[in-house]
Amino acid sequence: MVERTPILNFLTHLILFVGFVFCVAPFVIVAIAASHNLKDVNDVPMSLLPGSDFWVNIKTAWTTADLGPKLLNSFIMAAGVAAGKVIISALTAFSIVYFRYPGRTLIFWLIFVTLMLPLEVRIVPTYAVVANVLSPYQAIMDVTGLSWLIEKTSGVQVQLNLGLLNSYTGLIMPLIATATGTFLYRQFFLTVPDELTEAARMDGAGALRFFVDVLLPLSRNNMAALGTIMFLWAWNQYLWPLLITTDASHATAVTELKQLIPNVGGAPEWHIAMAGTLIVMLPPLIVVVLMQRWFVRGLIATEK
Amino acid sequence: MASITIRDVRKSYAKMQVVHGVNLDIKSGEFVVILGPSGCGKSTLLRMIAGLEEISDGTIAIDGTVVNKLEPRERGCAMVFQNYALYPHMSVAQNIGYSLKVAGIPAAERTRRIQAVARILELEHLLDRKPMALSGGQRQRVAMGRAMIREPKVFLFDEPLSNLDAKLRVQMRSEIRKLHRRLSATSVFVTHDQVEAMTLADRLVVMNGGRVEQVGTPAEVYSRPASRFVATFVGAPTMNMLEGTVTLDGLSLLGDSRKLNVSRTGLPVGSKVAVGIRPEAVRMVAPGTPGALAATVDLIEELGAGRVIYVDLDGAPFSIVTSETVHSEPGSAIGLQFAESDLHFFSSETGGRLDVFKASVPEPAL
Repeated sequence: MVERTPILNFLTHLILFVGFVFCVAPFVIVAIAASHNLKDVNDVPMSLLPGSDFWVNIKTAWTTADLGPKLLNSFIMAAGVAAGKVIISALTAFSIVYFRYPGRTLIFWLIFVTLMLPLEVRIVPTYAVVANVLSPYQAIMDVTGLSWLIEKTSGVQVQLNLGLLNSYTGLIMPLIATATGTFLYRQFFLTVPDELTEAARMDGAGALRFFVDVLLPLSRNNMAALGTIMFLWAWNQYLWPLLITTDASHATAVTELKQLIPNVGGAPEWHIAMAGTLIVMLPPLIVVVLMQRWFVRGLIATEK
Repeated sequence: MASITIRDVRKSYAKMQVVHGVNLDIKSGEFVVILGPSGCGKSTLLRMIAGLEEISDGTIAIDGTVVNKLEPRERGCAMVFQNYALYPHMSVAQNIGYSLKVAGIPAAERTRRIQAVARILELEHLLDRKPMALSGGQRQRVAMGRAMIREPKVFLFDEPLSNLDAKLRVQMRSEIRKLHRRLSATSVFVTHDQVEAMTLADRLVVMNGGRVEQVGTPAEVYSRPASRFVATFVGAPTMNMLEGTVTLDGLSLLGDSRKLNVSRTGLPVGSKVAVGIRPEAVRMVAPGTPGALAATVDLIEELGAGRVIYVDLDGAPFSIVTSETVHSEPGSAIGLQFAESDLHFFSSETGGRLDVFKASVPEPAL
């Protein structure tokens, strides 16, 4: 039902405006705080008029937390996770939707179950695996007596070890597995008309050819949406990078922000912390703005 | 150019059988139309020829090679789908040329062949457009171009015209016909539209309930329907059917309320039959004319070139098509007359055609 009365118009705009203020206010306060000097930022209440030290604070934050390389780390990790998630979910959904094989339903439900096991829940075993990727195989060999057998026959003690701590691979890999993305793609693939699949078969395209030539181009909007969301999600990851990067050269920008947060007994340099926060927020914002234009283009193209 | 031989082909889904042993020989270069109501298995049969459905039992051979186990691309068939099934992200040229690209044909050759096909179908000015920017008829032509470019042995059409508006449908129908004359490739066309079927077919295959009811030229099927189903399915308005019993001197119709004097049918007295008569074979005469059936006019539909008159025969629906001017008003009494040779007899039990007056009726011209 669409109603157009001046009162309703005013009311809806009012609600929108209030919502907008609620969403934006924290960011405004962060930006204002980032422009104050040490004294002004600690005034109670803090002045809501912007100060003049914005660029000085940004520069201080940048050098103190060594944000340049950290932002690069963050970017590599977030882009890697986003790309990995898109590829993995497209492939798994392709397999689930387009192929009939024994155990398909079981696999589907196994993927479904992982929705209930976010990283935080399985963080200890995941850490153990990343610390030594081969440890599950070692365990299997130990349990089956295979390593004992090898030791007896060849005298070599089997110690498989491949650690991924402090590496991009270790940062990215455990975050890639995704049930959400698989479902998103599954839903999309289910909307692709069967006739298109059949037309491709008549044209002689095999499964992989169909996937690359037809399904992937058709799912560009999906890819952009999933990629953006996952980029933001990965960028904002805190627990996992904190856990597996002991070496500062692989730390991400989000974890390094803690360097800027005043310690007990230290100077309350909230203006620097806020400036650092602004810097770290910027790349995801740029990604969203760029991708949004993409969405809109896609939406216009499919409009009809 | 290829012949298609279909032998005892069955299709079952789980426990449900939908195609019950179809036998069909399609000659090389022939245009065969499979006609039937929805759910009669006609599309399934077509898709089994294409290789999109597995054949549960029986064999399909193209040019003498059994293709049961072959992939669609190995069968040399091209298919035009009901909803066109164009790749929405590819231009018209890419859509038409996709099968060549998959086959690894070099770009220069591909462009040449796309141009050639586009010229035939008058699509040259549209080659860079996306399917989204085309009208229904243009999309249909692109879909045909995509089938043509492979120079297939067999063309398969799965109700390709049913999404077009009436005018365009007539136009595309004649284009398909012309195209077939030009390429003379074996074509199998599936439809539920009998006008489409009659106008396109060299030979018509009428299917019902997963079985073939009749195979023949459109004229044969129209003038000598093999079963009651075919008789009522082909032709519009539909053939009039009157239930009756064979008596000593003719027929007793509609629960003994009407008598019809016909010469000896050769059928045993007392056997139950359905008597069919095409609406255009009925003559209207003055009420009370000897030998005519008395009826009341119900409704007159003016078609311009002619008119359809619906009459009431003791509650049984009955229609007449005539090109003469009619002066009767709804409610007025009239008499109905028809030639014995225009009567079709069907068994009430099996629905099969009964051959009657064998000696007196000449074979219909085919």
